[in-house]
Amino acid sequence: MSGILVAVIGIIVFALGYRYYSRFVADKIFRLDPNYVTPAHKYEDGVDFVPTNKFVLWGHHFSSVAGAAPIVGPAIAVYWGWVPAFLWVILGTVFAAGVHDFGTLVLSVRNKGQSVGTLAHRLIGQRAKVLFLFIILILVLMVNAVFAWVIANLFISYPASVVPIFIQIPLAVWIGFAVYKRKKKMLIPSLFALAVMYITAVVASKVDFLKIDLVQYMGGEGGDGLFGLGAVSTAFFIWIIILMVYVYIASTLPVWKLLQPRDFINSHQLVVGLAILYLGLLFTNPEITAPATNVDTDTSWFPLLFITIACGAISGFHGLVSSGTSSKQLNKETDARLVGYFGAVGEGVLALIAIIAVVTFFPSKEEFLATYSSFAASSGSGLGVFVEGASRLATGLMIPPEVATTIVSIIIISFAATSLDTSVRLMRYIIAELGVEYKMPALSKTHVATSIAVVASAALVLLPEGPKGFGSGGYLLWPLFGTSNQLLAGISLLLISIWLKRQGRNYMVTLIPMIFVLFMTLIAMFQQVVFEWSWFGSSSNTLLFIFGAIIFVFAVWIILTAFTTLTKNMNDSNIK
Amino acid sequence: MLERMKKLLDFYEEVLSMPHRTEIARELRDQDDLFLLLLYSEMIGIPNPVYYYTLELYPYMIEQFHDWHLRMGMEKSPMSGIRCC
Repeated sequence: MSGILVAVIGIIVFALGYRYYSRFVADKIFRLDPNYVTPAHKYEDGVDFVPTNKFVLWGHHFSSVAGAAPIVGPAIAVYWGWVPAFLWVILGTVFAAGVHDFGTLVLSVRNKGQSVGTLAHRLIGQRAKVLFLFIILILVLMVNAVFAWVIANLFISYPASVVPIFIQIPLAVWIGFAVYKRKKKMLIPSLFALAVMYITAVVASKVDFLKIDLVQYMGGEGGDGLFGLGAVSTAFFIWIIILMVYVYIASTLPVWKLLQPRDFINSHQLVVGLAILYLGLLFTNPEITAPATNVDTDTSWFPLLFITIACGAISGFHGLVSSGTSSKQLNKETDARLVGYFGAVGEGVLALIAIIAVVTFFPSKEEFLATYSSFAASSGSGLGVFVEGASRLATGLMIPPEVATTIVSIIIISFAATSLDTSVRLMRYIIAELGVEYKMPALSKTHVATSIAVVASAALVLLPEGPKGFGSGGYLLWPLFGTSNQLLAGISLLLISIWLKRQGRNYMVTLIPMIFVLFMTLIAMFQQVVFEWSWFGSSSNTLLFIFGAIIFVFAVWIILTAFTTLTKNMNDSNIK
Repeated sequence: MLERMKKLLDFYEEVLSMPHRTEIARELRDQDDLFLLLLYSEMIGIPNPVYYYTLELYPYMIEQFHDWHLRMGMEKSPMSGIRCC
C-alpha cells in the first residue's frame, strides 16, 4: 500500500472530524457563545490574560504540545502492525484528543481561566494536591532520566549531530542578547541561527574530523573505557555528565539568556521537520512494507497500544497546556474550537507522518519483523528507525542521506533537549513548592532545589542497570509514564463530564472516551503492577512495583471520589 | 504578493514571540511592584530616607497604584493616605 494513500486517508478523516464533529460538539454540547466575556478580557492584565488572535494562539498551542513524544510513541507502537497504530491515531485524535483538548479549554474559560489541576483540587479535595505533586514529580523525574539517555544515545549513534547542537548554545545566547537588550526582532536572527546549525550539520556529516565520536576515540565498540566500563558505557557516562552540567546551568540562568532563544530556534524546526517529511513523502511515494497487523507478539496490544501512543492520540499534558496558558488568552469563546480541537489535529498529523516514516523504511516485511522482533526490541530501536525512515523521506527533496540523517537527529535532539531543561526547571519548582508545603525553606532556594533535581535525575540514569544497558536507568520507571499521563487525561475528561452534567447537557461525548481511556489505563496498570512487577510476576521489580502500586491506588481513589461527585445531586457545586 | 508575504512573516513572528511576551511582561511587572514598594515603603512602616522626594512622584503614580491594588484583589485603596478610587 502506498504511504501517500495512508496519509491522504488520515488527513481526510482529520478534516471531516474537524469540519463536522468539532462543529457538532461546539454548537450542541459546549454551546460556545461569541458574546461570552472570556477571562482574557475580564481579567486582562497584559501578562497572563491577554486576548490573542486565534491563529496566533493556535500556533502557540500547537508548538507547546508537539515535541518528541508524538514521534517516539508511534515509532514503537507499529510493533503491533501499522493498522492498529494508524486507527488509534486518527480515531483517538478525532474522538478523544480533540474533545479532551477542546473541552479542557472551554471548561477553564468558563471557570476564570483556572487550570485543570486547580479545578481537580477543588473538586476532589486538599489531599489531591499532594497526590498531583507526587505524580508530576515522578513524571518529570522520568522525563529527565529518559531524555538524557535518548540524547546521549543519539549523540553516540549520530556523532555528526554533536557540533551543530553545541553551536546552538552560543547562538542562542547571542539572540537572547540581541532581542532583549538591543530590542531587535527575533525572527531573522533565529532563522539565521537555524541556517548556521544546518550548514554545520552538512559540513559535519561530510568531514570526519567534525564528528565527535567518543566510542571511536576509545577504540570502537570493543575498546576499553574508563573505570573498566567499556567504550560505549563510558561514552554514555561522559555525555550524561555533560548533559547534567548543561541542564543545571540552563535551568538556573534567567530564561531570556538561553532557554527562550533556544525555543525560538527550535520552534522553526517543527515547521521545517513537518514540511520536509510531508514533501518528501509526496516526492518519494514509498510503499508500506511493514505488516498491517502483527499477531505473533510477546506483548499484547490490548491495552498497551493505547498507553504507548499517548501524544498523537490523547495525552493528559495537553489539558495542562489548554487550561494553563491557552485558556487565559482566548479572545472569543468560539475560537476554542480552532485552538483546542485543531491543536490536537496538528499533533495527530505529526504522529501520522511518524508512523508512515517508520513503516515505509524497511525494504521487506521480514526485515521489519527482524528489527521489531519483540516489544523490548521495538522500544529500543523505534526512535533510531524513525531517524532513518524520516531521512529516507528527506532524500526525496534531493537531500543527501547522511545530511538528512544528521538533520533529523538534530531535530529530535532539539525537541528532547527543550523538554529536558524545561522539566528540570519544573522539578525545581515542585521541590520548592514541597519545601514551602512542609516548612523546609532551604528547599525553595534555587541552587539547593536544582542540585536535588539534577543529582536525583543523574542517580536514576546512572546507578541502576536499566533495560538498555548502562545509562538507561530512567527506563526502569518509564513504563509508568504512559499510564500516569493517560490517567491525567482521563481525570480531565471526567471533570468536563461533571461540568456538562451540571449544565444539564449531553455528556456522552466526553464520558465515552473517558471510560475508554480510564479502562485501558487501569487495566494496563493492574496488569503491569500485579502480573509483571510484583514478587510473583513475570519480571519482578520492587522499584516499579512500589511506584506503580502507589500510583494505582491513588488513581482508583481519585476516580472513585470523582465518580461519586459525578453521580450525586450537585446543587452546591464548586464548578460552575 | 510581497505584502502578503510580509503579513505571513509578521504572523509567524507573533506566534514565535507570544509565549515569551508573557515572561518579559511578568519580569517588568515585578520590577514595577518593587518600585511601588520603595515608593510607598514609609506608609507600611519601612523607613525611607528619600521619602520627601518620592512624595513628588505620587500624582504620576496614582493610576498605576490603582491598577496594583485591583490586581492584588482589593477593590478600594488599602492605604488611608492615598485615595485613588
